[in-house]
Amino acid sequence: MILMIGFKDITLWIHQMLSGYLNPGWVVASEALLVGLAMILLVVIMAVAMIYMERKVAGFMQLRLGPMRVGLWGSMQAFADVLKLLLKECLTPNGADKLLFSLAPFVVLTVSFLALAPFSFAPGLQLWDLNIGVLYISAVSSIGVIGILMAGWSSNNKYSLLGGMRSGAQIVSYELSAGLSIIAIVIMCGSLSIHDIILSQSDGWWIFKGHLPAMFAFVVFVIASTAELNRAPFDLAEAEQELTAGFHTEYSGMQFAMFFLAEYTNMFIVSMVGTTVFLGGWMPFHIVGFEAFNHLMDYVPSFIWFFGKTFFILFLIMWFRWTFPRMRIDQLLKLEWKYLLPLSIINIVIAAFITIMGWHF
Amino acid sequence: MGSGSLILLMFCGILFAGLAIGLGKVFSIKTYNTEKGEAYECGIQTEGTTWVQFNVGYYLFSLIFLVFDVEIVFLYPWAVVLKEIGMVAFTEILIFSLFLFMGLLYAYKKKALTWV
Repeated sequence: MILMIGFKDITLWIHQMLSGYLNPGWVVASEALLVGLAMILLVVIMAVAMIYMERKVAGFMQLRLGPMRVGLWGSMQAFADVLKLLLKECLTPNGADKLLFSLAPFVVLTVSFLALAPFSFAPGLQLWDLNIGVLYISAVSSIGVIGILMAGWSSNNKYSLLGGMRSGAQIVSYELSAGLSIIAIVIMCGSLSIHDIILSQSDGWWIFKGHLPAMFAFVVFVIASTAELNRAPFDLAEAEQELTAGFHTEYSGMQFAMFFLAEYTNMFIVSMVGTTVFLGGWMPFHIVGFEAFNHLMDYVPSFIWFFGKTFFILFLIMWFRWTFPRMRIDQLLKLEWKYLLPLSIINIVIAAFITIMGWHF
Repeated sequence: MGSGSLILLMFCGILFAGLAIGLGKVFSIKTYNTEKGEAYECGIQTEGTTWVQFNVGYYLFSLIFLVFDVEIVFLYPWAVVLKEIGMVAFTEILIFSLFLFMGLLYAYKKKALTWV
């Protein structure tokens, strides 16, 4: 069998070791501390890795090298940037709504932390297996809009207000097709729990098992989540040439860094949802009939599968940025309301029909 | 970990943001300048107040969004039990989404979906 210690064993070992030394109350407290530290570390490490990846991908797509000076191949560039931001003053513009202005980064970051709760990174490595996991993620991550609107409104800057409004309209619109494309898979799987969705893909990922509706749903999901993240080609909420930086024009120093971190965490969350729902979570890639190949794939640890697929979707989103030109707001809303939304509803009906007839594998 | 993980994660987020911003406030080099507090609008003096009227289109879209978002919330429980109930659930949701589709068509006809 697989020569690997599961994460379940590690967590059990930590629990037993702590129980040996401390009384039960302190065990819970120290475990909570460990989990909290682990989550913060995960967010920070992923953000640093993604910023490095983003700059390298951007560099290579434009036939340049990207950051090269700080550290080996520029690998310490993100840390240098954090240090720079730490030394910058946090300015509050005159006439700004001070309470909302300083509260907005907290809201945005806390929301992206909260959305991490139900994800399963590897077998047994999951904070909370909610029975409504997928619904919970889409519900919580949409609270982030409030933070963005708060930031745009309170800045006392016309560009920020316009950027916040555009961003709000965009996130809210594209939430519909993102939700509908997830529902197409929920229909076939019959459960909202992240754990059940992953287990249902042990004999094949939904993108392969679910025929055309699942593939179409995946395409719609990637488009809609790119728009929800306010990334190019849908980055008109922070279109540099028109609005300087959109809703965070007036933010500087660490407050700006929090928006940046939340943006990258949201990108990570969206990719993880795509991985879990469409690409089989931590399930290895199997081809029916190729026994030797399947056994070889089983030897790759499951968390490598999970993060590999997540980074694949991240790369896809970064690739978009350097391929498509920015859209206008009327084109953006037209794409959602006249094309993606009606097509997604029809897609759901087809997916439901296929499920009832039992045509999916 | 159960529902306690939500409180833990919320605490993590607030603590992390508070610590980072607090550290930034401590370590940053502060200078005073009257120009610094002004709104950054490409270097030109700001005209009028910020909180002005803006396009009504945003409200129209948020109203239509509300209708469809409620539809999606209705679709979640339906999607979970569809396999067990079968054809009856399918026909019901067909009628339900047909009505909503008519609503979308109406908004389309009334040019509510066109940006002005």
